[in-house]
Amino acid sequence: MHKLTIAELIQGLRNKDFSSVELTRHYLDRINRLDASYNSYVTVTEEIALQQAAAADARLAAGDAPALCGVPIAHKDIFCTEGVRTSCGSKMLDNFVPPYNATIVENYLRDGAVMLGKVNMDEFAMGSSNETSYYGPVKNPWDTNCVPGGSSGGSAAAVAAHLAPGATASDTGGSIRQPASLCGLTGIKPTYGRVSRWGMIAFASSLDQAGVLTRTAEDAAIMLNSMTSFDDKDSTCVDEPLSDYTASLNEPLKGLRIGMPEQYFGEGLNPETSDRVHAAIAEFEKLGATVKSISLPHSALSVPAYYVIAPAECSANLSRFDGVRYGHRCDNPKDLEDLYKRSRGEGFGEEVKRRILVGTYALSAGYYDAYYRKAQQVRRLIKQDFVDAFAEVDVVMGPTATSPAFAFGSKGDDPVAMYLEDIYTIATNLAGLPGLSIPCGLVDNKPVGLQIIGNYFSEAKLLNVAHQFQQVTDFHQLTAPGIE
Amino acid sequence: MDRSDIAKLAHLARIEISDATVDDVARSITDVLKLVDQLQSADTQGIAPMAHPLDAVQRLRADQVTEADVREAYQAIAPATEDGLYLVPKVID
Repeated sequence: MHKLTIAELIQGLRNKDFSSVELTRHYLDRINRLDASYNSYVTVTEEIALQQAAAADARLAAGDAPALCGVPIAHKDIFCTEGVRTSCGSKMLDNFVPPYNATIVENYLRDGAVMLGKVNMDEFAMGSSNETSYYGPVKNPWDTNCVPGGSSGGSAAAVAAHLAPGATASDTGGSIRQPASLCGLTGIKPTYGRVSRWGMIAFASSLDQAGVLTRTAEDAAIMLNSMTSFDDKDSTCVDEPLSDYTASLNEPLKGLRIGMPEQYFGEGLNPETSDRVHAAIAEFEKLGATVKSISLPHSALSVPAYYVIAPAECSANLSRFDGVRYGHRCDNPKDLEDLYKRSRGEGFGEEVKRRILVGTYALSAGYYDAYYRKAQQVRRLIKQDFVDAFAEVDVVMGPTATSPAFAFGSKGDDPVAMYLEDIYTIATNLAGLPGLSIPCGLVDNKPVGLQIIGNYFSEAKLLNVAHQFQQVTDFHQLTAPGIE
Repeated sequence: MDRSDIAKLAHLARIEISDATVDDVARSITDVLKLVDQLQSADTQGIAPMAHPLDAVQRLRADQVTEADVREAYQAIAPATEDGLYLVPKVID
């Protein structure tokens, strides 16, 4: 059953080939037996999953089954789940049991999905390797000496190891697309504001966006249909009409105009990764697409702009963790300042502290114009590059990451080397555009991802383009070695 | 960034940085600031800062009470409360 896609599971449940309880037990059994090798789950919610599965079976029997009725999924541990610990990968929230559900969690409940558990992540979603989690690193199912990417590394490893058919995730600078690339999955980050951020623990509010990680583009379309909604409770959620992302999956690609940014194929890109990406784009030409070289001239400034804006916003967002209302509190504080400083000093890991300090510096008196304002101006230049590109092409294609999965510890303790891991994904977040990664081959027996970036609210087009590629290639069907 | 700069920032951010790690923190933050200094090369004369990708403005709603009272649920997960109040060390003698 764990070989089946979400689309196939939906059919199997409706045809009564298996029940949701059988399916859920099968996944729980796999998690219990196999996840020690990957560390993808932080919390397995066995009891809740079986209750939800039984309720789903009743609805299926009554012929009253919503879209995802009975399909098990995993939630990234950044989404608040009522009554279930939501750690965000941090010691700070190791004891945090939210009194409410995130909007997207409610949406999946409404559509009958079964929650298998909460999956691991870089602490507060700050990282590209899953090495910053308080709960230990997640291992890449393709090579357990290598990282799964981050920050949604638990979501990616769980789906790649067939410990969930799909998982929710979030992407602030590449945290869905880069793990999708490194684990051989389909991952989509929608347009900023398309999915509610309510109940998703905030990192950088003008960049954060929820999305999904699945094995196929069709599954991503199905999961995204349930995830998206307009939400009054998120003031940045955009009130645009909702689309059925499965409706246009089969449209032909004849005449599709593809742009290849010259800046995404320069120095720093692994030559074999480049070959796989070029080969994938050639496949689209066979499907009737045209390809042209384009320029995104401010690309090189995206990582520097991001590392002002994201830390600045994180330093403000994470000020709420003060040891007073919830989360970690130090023992025996001698006064209020000691309570704040030690609770935060003990509760946050190194990378989170580093970003809070950088953000505090960028926003401090006398530096605001030189850093934050300047970065916001550069952000507009980066957006304008894409606006100009989309006047000429329908989608932009290039690599998702510079190379396949790297070994644990190989970026050393140099934070900047890790930051440059997201060089091809960050501009999309700064511009607020939707982006997707699909597998397009292997290098050294490890997956490589093709990134497809679209114009605002073009999620349906991105999924259509990805689905058509998956109709004529089988990279998305490759399974990591050793997966039963 | 030297030790005293880090001490000042750590105080502003209300984060304790241990003596043993302060040199490493100073070094890594210096590296990050070198990276972001590349921004200075961009010509941004006359470019309006961008706060929201779609340049959205704040949505308004009617001034009505919409929230339920959930104090008990929220305080059930607090480190220390009494009579509906959050407890912290004494701040006024």
